[in-house]
Amino acid sequence: MAEKTMIQAINEAMRQEMERDERVIVLGEDVGKNGGVFRATDGLLEQFGDRRVFDTPLAESGIIGTSIGLAVNGFRPIAEIQFLGFVYQAMDQLAAQAARLRFRSAGRFTCPLVVRSPYGGGVRTPELHSDALEALFTHSPGLKIVMPSNAYDAKGLLISAIRDEDPVLFLEPMKLYRALRMEVPDEPYEIPLGKARVVKEGEDVTIISWGAAVPLVAKLAVEMKSKGIDAEVIDLRCLQPLDIDTIVESVEKTGRVMIVHEAVKTNGFGAEIAALISERALFTLSAPIVRVTGYDTPYPVPSVEDDWLPNAARIFEGVQMLMRY
Amino acid sequence: MFDQNQLPFDMVQLLDENGNGDEEALQQFSDEFLVTLYKWMRKARVIDERLLKMQRQGRIGTYAPFSGQEAAQIGSVLALEKEDWIFPSYREIAACLAHGLPLTQIFHYVRGHVLGGRTPEHLNIFPIQIIIGAQTLHATGCAWAAKLKGEKQVSVCYFGDGATSEGDFHEAMNFASVYQVPVIFFCQNNQYAISVPVHKQTASWTIAQKAIAYGMKGVLVDGNDALAVYKTMKEAVDSARNGEGPMLIEALTYRLGPHTTSDDPTKYRSAEEAEQWRRKKDPLHRLRVLLEKRGLWTEEKEEAWVAQANDEITAAYEEAVAAETGSIVDVFDYVYGKPSKLLQEQQQEAARRKQGKEVK
Ligand SMILES: Cc1ncc(C[n+]2csc(CCOP(=O)(O)OP(=O)(O)O)c2C)c(N)n1
Repeated sequence: MAEKTMIQAINEAMRQEMERDERVIVLGEDVGKNGGVFRATDGLLEQFGDRRVFDTPLAESGIIGTSIGLAVNGFRPIAEIQFLGFVYQAMDQLAAQAARLRFRSAGRFTCPLVVRSPYGGGVRTPELHSDALEALFTHSPGLKIVMPSNAYDAKGLLISAIRDEDPVLFLEPMKLYRALRMEVPDEPYEIPLGKARVVKEGEDVTIISWGAAVPLVAKLAVEMKSKGIDAEVIDLRCLQPLDIDTIVESVEKTGRVMIVHEAVKTNGFGAEIAALISERALFTLSAPIVRVTGYDTPYPVPSVEDDWLPNAARIFEGVQMLMRY
Repeated sequence: MFDQNQLPFDMVQLLDENGNGDEEALQQFSDEFLVTLYKWMRKARVIDERLLKMQRQGRIGTYAPFSGQEAAQIGSVLALEKEDWIFPSYREIAACLAHGLPLTQIFHYVRGHVLGGRTPEHLNIFPIQIIIGAQTLHATGCAWAAKLKGEKQVSVCYFGDGATSEGDFHEAMNFASVYQVPVIFFCQNNQYAISVPVHKQTASWTIAQKAIAYGMKGVLVDGNDALAVYKTMKEAVDSARNGEGPMLIEALTYRLGPHTTSDDPTKYRSAEEAEQWRRKKDPLHRLRVLLEKRGLWTEEKEEAWVAQANDEITAAYEEAVAAETGSIVDVFDYVYGKPSKLLQEQQQEAARRKQGKEVK
């Protein structure tokens, strides 16, 4: 077992699945010769050739739309959207066509497609590169939404996504691509979609997060412990399917909930979680549910993004507010 | 100023409006084929008229009639092999039927049966597309897959003139040509996208000429001439099957009826215009004249065939009505391969309500 970055783990997952299953192909902008703008697909063209790895024309709807046809006729495409902010170009093909194919055809056709895309802030990108748009897709029944927060999960979840019969949107926090190294098994393994990970157990407060925000939350939870607050941290890993049991179990234990996500607050997925908790565990709560999220503005310019994103100061303030109850 | 005459497109036509054509060219079609072609078109017209009537009687839901477009649909689809794929929009009922979709299934669809969108396992027919132009990409991807697998299936995408304004159409043409995949873009230019006439949809004189920019062949064909459509389509299918890449066909035709059963065409086009097409250019008329000239068809045969078609429609409708329409409980089964816990809970709630039990 070697220490790997998230981008290496993602690359390895695709390579191993392509070795295992001839039907797995990769397509997108600059994924071939260039190996992807983040090198996620590095070496795949060399290993598998231009009948498995395609540098497509620059057209997001085209990439997803043709992937649907490829999936229906026997392939298992992994399509890359270069940055998640560009997914609006492919909105119909992803949210309405891929997501609904099983339903529209009453089970005759399925769409085993993975759409990978980097997202997330803190890396000083140009406009519309950093936006966290996961909530848009939780509104499209038929899609699965996976958001890993570390290299080990990324590999296991991506392998599960590729083997899944349904379309999966796989969102990769670009800030974490090379931020950390961790032990990742060399051999393929699956992490089931829809199973959250308890990052740290605790008694006082439940902090629910996913994707890019998780490492920050995990680090702050350690600091909280030294200040006498014992937080339980849950990394959802998947928004659809959602591991509601792990959430409710934890809330019943701690009675206090904070939700941390990078996406804008209004109608963010945090709102859905708060609603689910109120339906299922309201009377175990001893404080209002707190959300620490991006503000309700378009993703801002680099000079202010650190203040816009959920950060240590905002998270600590939220926890202190919760603990006052 | 740019002169579109620099992009000449002659319209392929074998049979004129009066059923006359170059005898030598017409010799290539066997009697048997001509009768089959006509029978399908005639039956399709009967079906369309019955469905329209049934909608008015409230027996089926919203419906998009295709009368006037029988030659384009039947002529093109009969040029395919059974294993070829078709990707229809809501208006290609005739093409779907002639490619093998059972009429009962059409009734399931227009009656809103839970399984109405499910095409039979052995038929390569994609579910009817509502989003204009979206299927152009699905057909392209499907054809791309066939090419990668070394299989000989051709994919045909049906769409209207309005669809050629959508980005997906252009992305599909571009992908198809870059990868040289066996897909045929079959545009039925029925001259209106709901109320918008084709000259307000595009400034190019023909839709066929759009192919040039993508590096593929484009052909304009008289869409009310079933023989010209068949011949053009056959050539396109053969060349696609031989690995010579995609093609765009524009079949110039006319929708005689409303856009859908909730549309009033008198608001945007004159009754004379439609009447002229009905009287002078009807695709059924000109083929029937040819059949009669060859001694293949008579008024008695026509009557018998129409009566038989009507019986078939009645039987299919009755079969559809007799079938269970499915229930709200079933719809949850087709969202994911395996429903999530939250979805299962909703399904159980729906089931409890269905059984008349109180929801706690
Ligand atoms: C993306 C999208 N936009 C608008 C509509 C509403 N709409 C349904 S049919 C139609 C006109 C389509 O015209 P055309 O492509 O020429 O096909 P036709 O109906 O004439 O066969 C419109 C605007 C739609 N279904 N999908």
